[in-house]
Amino acid sequence: MNYVEHVSIVAAAFAVSFGALGPALAEGRAVAATMDAIARQPESAGVLSRTLFVGLAMIETTAIYCLVIALLLLFANPYVR
Amino acid sequence: MTDSPLTVTTLFHFGPVPITTPVVTTWGLMAVLAIGSALATRRLTLRPGALQTALELLVCGIAEQIRAIIRSDPTPLMPLVGTLFIFLATANLLGLLPGLEPPTAHLETTAALAGIVFVATHVYGVRSLGLKRYLAGFAQPVWIMLPLNIVSEFTRSISLMVRLFGNLMSGVFIGALVLSLAGLFVPIPFMALDILTGLVQAYIFAILAAVFIGAAIGATDRS
Repeated sequence: MNYVEHVSIVAAAFAVSFGALGPALAEGRAVAATMDAIARQPESAGVLSRTLFVGLAMIETTAIYCLVIALLLLFANPYVR
Repeated sequence: MTDSPLTVTTLFHFGPVPITTPVVTTWGLMAVLAIGSALATRRLTLRPGALQTALELLVCGIAEQIRAIIRSDPTPLMPLVGTLFIFLATANLLGLLPGLEPPTAHLETTAALAGIVFVATHVYGVRSLGLKRYLAGFAQPVWIMLPLNIVSEFTRSISLMVRLFGNLMSGVFIGALVLSLAGLFVPIPFMALDILTGLVQAYIFAILAAVFIGAAIGATDRS
């Protein structure tokens, strides 16, 4: 059998699972820190939440990269004929 | 199994040019937004009706967000950033209408939008600082940062493109998967999540465009 396809599927699952792990922890920390800051200074909630959104988007990008890698492996793999 | 999310379906050929589904959707949406805006702003009055109040709320909200980022008059950025937000917010929600799918769930659309932001950043930067001062800004804070600054110009455009595509495409893809697994009411929570993702991604795209342009015109720190 063509082992490249099997390895690709395993690698795609691997990429998504570990690619979700880091950003999940990081986003949790970011949200927790923002909650802490808003609890201390409720008047600065607007600035904090806007910065939080932009920061979360930045963090999330790494997970999205892993997702795109997984999709490339599954649908646009150059080594699968 | 559903189709590959990386390919687009060709609808018809316009001479030698293949016209794909996202192109048709985008042009339809552009027509609806342009004609709708033209009709809605045709009779502006000093005492606004319900529609004008809603539009003013939207425009003022966008202007306030931009002002908070660039800390100066938001008028020069309003045409670009406001249009980006309104277009993306509607385009990302198109998946809720039966038979349509968001054009932003394809890499080509988001690449074009990121390209617009990339070009606009430099145009705004050169226009507000002059070519020499703008180019000198790349060597800030020390000259050894020059290659990193140039690389970051490209990587942040690519991440802008991939972020929007990844979020929207995963929403569409998961929706299709769930629909093929379980029929009637099961996809509804995922569609509700899509509304949230779509609006947040439109907001983030517009905000990041404003942040990039703000950095280029020297209003905020280069990030």
